[in-house]
Amino acid sequence: MKNTDDRFDLPQGTLDLLIMRVVALGPIHGYAIAQRIQQISRDALQVQQGSLYPALHRLEYKKLLSSRWKPSDTGREAKFYELTSRGRTHLKAETENWTRLTDVVGLILKGTLEGI
Amino acid sequence: MGWLRRLFSRGRLEADLDEELRFHYENQVADKVRSGIAESEARRLTRIEFGGIEQVKEDCRERRGTMGLESLLQDLRFALRMFARSPGFSAIAILTMALGIGATTAIFSLVDATLLHPLPFPHPEELVRIEDDLPGAGATDAGISIPEFKDLQRSGIFQYVVLQIFGSANLTGASQPSRMQYEGVSPGYFAMLGVKPQLGHTFNPQDQTPGISPDVVISDGLWKRAFGSDPHVVGRSLRADNDLYRVIGVMPPGFRDPGRTVDQRNTEQWAALGFSDDPASTPNRSVRLPLETVGRLKPGLTLAAAQSRLDALAASLRKQFPDDYPADSKWSVRLVPLKENLVGNVRQSLILLFAAVAVLLLIGCVNVANLLLARASARSREMAVRQALGAARQRLVRQLLTESLLLSLPGGVAGLVILFCMKGFLVRLIPESLPRLNDLSINWTVMLFALAASIAAGIIFGLAPARQAGRVDLAHTLRMEGRGSKGSTLQTRTRRVLVVTEFALSLVLMVAAGLLLRSFWDLYKVPLGFNPQHVMSVQLWLPSPNDPKTDIYGTAAQEAVFARELLRRSRLLPGVQEAALGAEPSIPLQHDGNPSPLIMEGRQTQSKQPPLVERSEVTPQYFHLLEIPVLRGRLFNDGDNENAPLVAVINQAMAETYWRGENPLGKRLKVGRGREGIGLHASKSWITIVGVVADARTESLANASVPQLYLSLYQDTPKELAIFLRGDLNASAIPKEVRAMVQSVNPELPVYGAKTLNDAVSASLEQRRFSMDIVAAFAITALLLAVLGIYGVISYIVSERTRDIGIRLALGAQRGEIMAMVLCQGLGLAAAGAALGLVGSVIVSHLMAGLLFGVMPSDPLTFVGVTLVLTGVALAACYIPARRAIRVDPMIALRYE
Repeated sequence: MKNTDDRFDLPQGTLDLLIMRVVALGPIHGYAIAQRIQQISRDALQVQQGSLYPALHRLEYKKLLSSRWKPSDTGREAKFYELTSRGRTHLKAETENWTRLTDVVGLILKGTLEGI
Repeated sequence: MGWLRRLFSRGRLEADLDEELRFHYENQVADKVRSGIAESEARRLTRIEFGGIEQVKEDCRERRGTMGLESLLQDLRFALRMFARSPGFSAIAILTMALGIGATTAIFSLVDATLLHPLPFPHPEELVRIEDDLPGAGATDAGISIPEFKDLQRSGIFQYVVLQIFGSANLTGASQPSRMQYEGVSPGYFAMLGVKPQLGHTFNPQDQTPGISPDVVISDGLWKRAFGSDPHVVGRSLRADNDLYRVIGVMPPGFRDPGRTVDQRNTEQWAALGFSDDPASTPNRSVRLPLETVGRLKPGLTLAAAQSRLDALAASLRKQFPDDYPADSKWSVRLVPLKENLVGNVRQSLILLFAAVAVLLLIGCVNVANLLLARASARSREMAVRQALGAARQRLVRQLLTESLLLSLPGGVAGLVILFCMKGFLVRLIPESLPRLNDLSINWTVMLFALAASIAAGIIFGLAPARQAGRVDLAHTLRMEGRGSKGSTLQTRTRRVLVVTEFALSLVLMVAAGLLLRSFWDLYKVPLGFNPQHVMSVQLWLPSPNDPKTDIYGTAAQEAVFARELLRRSRLLPGVQEAALGAEPSIPLQHDGNPSPLIMEGRQTQSKQPPLVERSEVTPQYFHLLEIPVLRGRLFNDGDNENAPLVAVINQAMAETYWRGENPLGKRLKVGRGREGIGLHASKSWITIVGVVADARTESLANASVPQLYLSLYQDTPKELAIFLRGDLNASAIPKEVRAMVQSVNPELPVYGAKTLNDAVSASLEQRRFSMDIVAAFAITALLLAVLGIYGVISYIVSERTRDIGIRLALGAQRGEIMAMVLCQGLGLAAAGAALGLVGSVIVSHLMAGLLFGVMPSDPLTFVGVTLVLTGVALAACYIPARRAIRVDPMIALRYE
């Protein structure tokens, strides 16, 4: 566990979005997903196995991700996840949603209280 | 069907999941090693970071979507394994549930057949009985006039309106003359009920033939009895009361007439009556005929809507015919659901039985819950280990509930099997007076009920142990190091609560049984006012043919000759010391009650509806034979015959009702027969009262003072006769001897219904006895279960406190004190249960007040007695573990620790 101060709780559903974004870059296994999220967020987000794998399985169950086994860099067989076409559409929609939501929330939070 | 595939490829999925997580773990370790941490340390750190690997897996499985079914299968497998390991426990639990659910389902099937689906006809809710009331004259269901019947038919409220008249007739022509119940109905009767015959056809509803049609429909029973199941019976003839009828149809075996009395429901022959000509024809609004009116409402019309339209109709008729409907009689027409014919009298008894059996089932559940709790304490370590390995609490609760359902469902199935095997026996237990048109059947409703009861029972008794499992203190339990952990205080408390509940429920049942028992006993012991010992009655029936010219007993003189001859020959029968004759209503406790209108000389009845009184005709010996004493005046004598002035004897109740403070002797009256209009069959001349006899409970055991009027049989022509014999009688030979004797006078007369009056007395108690027996059986079972429960808890407490008791003994406590301490524990539970139970009992006993006779619902004797018995038995049950407690050897108890 790292410095817990830089870490924060992800809002509900955000983890799914992050995972799909990372998987969209190409077939990738669970460990690498966790690593990638940690790198990109500059260690601010650290995904626990306890949340990562249930989320992966849930997305696979919803047919947003597909998986297959193939050798990894180390030569060992690993389970690689890919976005399905349905997942791609879903990711696009969710990303737009997210952007809109953060814009609106940001607008309100930054806004002055003059209007009131 | 992805989930199905996933379910069956579970092995591969598991291996994949394992491999996926292992891959992650190895990579993480490798990363750590790369950053310079020693491998063993890297593995340790990673494992800590990973947390509960099983928990992660469980989460993943849950996300896969097959979790519910998968875990159910797993739970089932596990539960079966648990049961196999403790077969004794499982057997007891399943057996308890089998008995509980079996008994509940048995009573439910009775409720289903009687209360819920009493009428086995299409759209039974449309069928209604139509009653005419004259509230101004104090008369309900006063009969209907033919013009009123026609008004109803034209009203547009009903699809069918049908008149019924019930009676019985002599069936002759078969090997032995017999009596059968017949019914005259309007031709639309069967069409209205919506039943089809098994052979031939029924009446044409459009038939407008006046008078009595010679076509009859017969029951399956009569077809078998009189026609030997002849498949070509249609067109054959039969003779009833000397009249010739032609069979046009045979009803199916299950068909019973939805009449009000047992006799009516046993109708064997239906004849079509036109009700438009003789013998039932008077087109006069004020002549009310003794008919039942039944109708089928137009589809979609509710009872309330129909009633309001009927009220409007009655109002307009009252206005239109003010002479026929005097304002003070307040004539009105009332609709009653036809099913009330069957369920009206027994609803309360059946609800009581059902409630009693439900309480019994509840007690059974509490007992099994107690057993499960005892076992749960043995399994608390198992539960703790599973939780420590990452099983969620809800998951454990679900597993325990699966286990308890696995106990209750086979219990339910076994209960159904027992019920199915015992059905024949059960049906025989049910008194005939408990009305059923439906046969008791294990139908879908009953099966669904059994299923629902099983599931409810499983949840009820599984809840306590499951709740416990959710609250295990992991660290504490695991630290107990497999020593089979002593139960927690929480568990002991739960078990106490359960026992107190059980005790309270048993007390309620026992109070109910006690009150019923006391009612029954009081009724059984009530002074009858007549002496049934050594008396038998045998019935015969004189034909009353439709053609008066063929009636050989048409006048009082003709019948009196026959009656005297019958009496003379009766006295010659072996063992007979006294003999008397009476009309059928004079047979004690058999009569259904059919009071006759009464006119008293010099008293103006306020309306056309006269007061009603029970009447019967008897020969002079009747009162002496039944030992009914005369209070004033004289009894009949042989001089009160067809040539003498008409005389009557009344009972005390009648004197009190109509001549309070006056001398009834010498007063004169006229009386009709049954609920017929006074104009139809009332005596032509005045009848003088010559004597008053004491009240006897010949009408009803529960009611001492029913006004009764007796006429001299020699002066009247009753058709339903009874021969009363007193003496040293051979009850099995009498029917044959009397039949031979009667048929030596007239070979065409059927003789039936021979019985001792003692049997008649017990038969009139049979419905009460039935409910009492069943509730008592339930109460005894409940007592046993409660005692077992309290024994179990006290034993458990003693074994838990063995060490504590050992220390006390070692420190010098007296064994008597230890005994008192244990007994006090038991007494405390019993007292708490009794207090709760008494409150419940007071409520229940007031609800069942209508079923009681002679005892107050809060009868102190019953309440105190039952409480004492229950407490005493509970103390006895505690005595065994208490003795074990005082035998504790301090050395052994302490060393054990």
